[in-house]
Amino acid sequence: MEKFSNEVWVFVEQQSGNAADVSFELLSKGRKLAEILKGTLKSVVIGSDMKKVAEKTFQYGAKECLLVDHPELKDYKTVPYSRIMNELVSKHIPRVVLYGASFIGRDLAPRVASFTRSGLTADCTDLQISDVTYLRQDYKDLLLQIRPAFGGNIIATIITPDVPIQMATVREGVMENVPLDSPVKGKIVEIPYTSDKIDTMINIIERHQEENKVNLKSAPIIIAGGYGMGSKENFEILYELAHVIGGEVAGSRAAVDAGFIPHERQVGQTGVTVRPKLYVACGISGQIQHRAGMQDSNKIIAINNDPEAPIFDVCHYGIVGDVMDIIPDFIEVYKHKLK
Amino acid sequence: MSYRSIVLVKQVPDTANISGQVMKPDGTVNRAMLPAIFNPEDKVALELALQTRDKNGGEVIALTMGPPKASELLRECLYMGADRGILISDRKFAGADTLATSYVLSEAIKKIGSFDMIFAGRQAIDGDTAQVGPQTAEKLNLPQVTYAEKIIDITKNKITIRRKIDGGHEVLETPLPLLITVIKDAATPRPFKATRVMAYKNARSLVELEKMVEGNTLLYLDDLIEEYTSKSLFIETLTMDELAVDANRCGLHGSPTKVFKIDSVVLGGGEHIKIEPTKEGLGQLVDKLMDDHIFG
Repeated sequence: MEKFSNEVWVFVEQQSGNAADVSFELLSKGRKLAEILKGTLKSVVIGSDMKKVAEKTFQYGAKECLLVDHPELKDYKTVPYSRIMNELVSKHIPRVVLYGASFIGRDLAPRVASFTRSGLTADCTDLQISDVTYLRQDYKDLLLQIRPAFGGNIIATIITPDVPIQMATVREGVMENVPLDSPVKGKIVEIPYTSDKIDTMINIIERHQEENKVNLKSAPIIIAGGYGMGSKENFEILYELAHVIGGEVAGSRAAVDAGFIPHERQVGQTGVTVRPKLYVACGISGQIQHRAGMQDSNKIIAINNDPEAPIFDVCHYGIVGDVMDIIPDFIEVYKHKLK
Repeated sequence: MSYRSIVLVKQVPDTANISGQVMKPDGTVNRAMLPAIFNPEDKVALELALQTRDKNGGEVIALTMGPPKASELLRECLYMGADRGILISDRKFAGADTLATSYVLSEAIKKIGSFDMIFAGRQAIDGDTAQVGPQTAEKLNLPQVTYAEKIIDITKNKITIRRKIDGGHEVLETPLPLLITVIKDAATPRPFKATRVMAYKNARSLVELEKMVEGNTLLYLDDLIEEYTSKSLFIETLTMDELAVDANRCGLHGSPTKVFKIDSVVLGGGEHIKIEPTKEGLGQLVDKLMDDHIFG
């Protein structure tokens, strides 16, 4: 059997020099995967003036940071970034490469997979290392890339048994951010950047970004509404409840798609993963993609008029009834009790 | 200045309406069991390509890889206004993951020849991977703009596009040719045009004509192809033989990602406390949450 490397790489994405949370979450997970593989965790940092970020990855156990630091690389651009990654990955053939499933990671990772002819699984909700028997062949220490698939009717475990490089993207919040108590003694390996004619032909002529005003990940209480809320107007009652008990309002993908609530408040596989003290699911049926984003909440209340809704299988407290009747009563009772 | 665009389209199972036994024992999907629809964002991509052509002139070619049934999708593209539809279909292409798909698509595009833009939907609803667009661009060594929401301007050899990014947007200026993946909000697909439906409802791909011949000894394939071509009703079809592809990089064989295991979604059988939807019940709930140290 071919001998593969046991390096785990995390592509650290950045905007304006600030590394994304998801990258540190992936470093935390990558460290665990590298331990099981008895291998090395490495970070890849591309940008301008990125030394601090490179050093910060040592706090997460990266033993080496491959740093490509150049003023022309300040902002993410597909062509130069993918060229750099293609070269690095082809040269070193790491066993695992992880990317955030962000606008950057989902733009970059497929190009690297295409160039290196590697397997890539998008939006994983779990990653494990395991020995696998597939089609009567034994494989050691494969990366299990686990994600809900096919409209959430199934959970698929994807493997890439016959290629040396296994790649995955993971949404922000899915993995936990666990820095080490003290940083490892890491090494920065600076890699020179050679620009190409086409790099200067692609220009960012405007960029407008607002700080995400909603921070679902750190909200202690989340009141979430689903398609069953029926309308955007009906969400008002959820905002009122959130105001009274001190929480944030979120929605399921179906509610976002229906225009009841903006995408930045979406919880689930393709939204944010949250672990609040209390999660109140209102008119949410509880598809697997949604549950993937909230089932680790400390306490879950489900309110739904369908007693068979799958959300009742993951909740701690279940109320069968109409959200529009129950929430106002709940607010009244709450105010009375906590006066 | 006119532009030649290729639009990558896909017929997908309507994952929003799944019923029955759709999963095969090997973990792949039995697409025959599901209603097949035009992947929504690919339809938006086609619309954007058509708008670009209507404004500047040129040609729009719809390209899909799929089973013979995918010919339906190309007819729909013709109904909307595409100038040509091309089907890539071969049993040996079946079971392709995004890498093998992008390989075959890129080889087909090379065969089609010169182009200015390739459009595709951001992602297909049966996989939500958003990988085939960028993977195809990489194989063709093209720049790409993903998550495009608006084409702001096209000049001779340069395009300005607004794309969505986390918490906002950016405007990119990129040389042609390039590949663009578009999001739902980029355009509203036009309805089918009645005159075009009448004109193209009898358009047939090679695989469909082959099927007609199979069931009728009086028909000859070559004659049929000639007849349909003369009426401009022949949907060009590319099989493995027509494409200079490496069989080891196609279909299931050329796909590094394998479905190792499918678990049906087993619900935790979660025991939970039932709360009555009355003020009394809600009062007990609030008490419990205070005990849980969530309130108070």
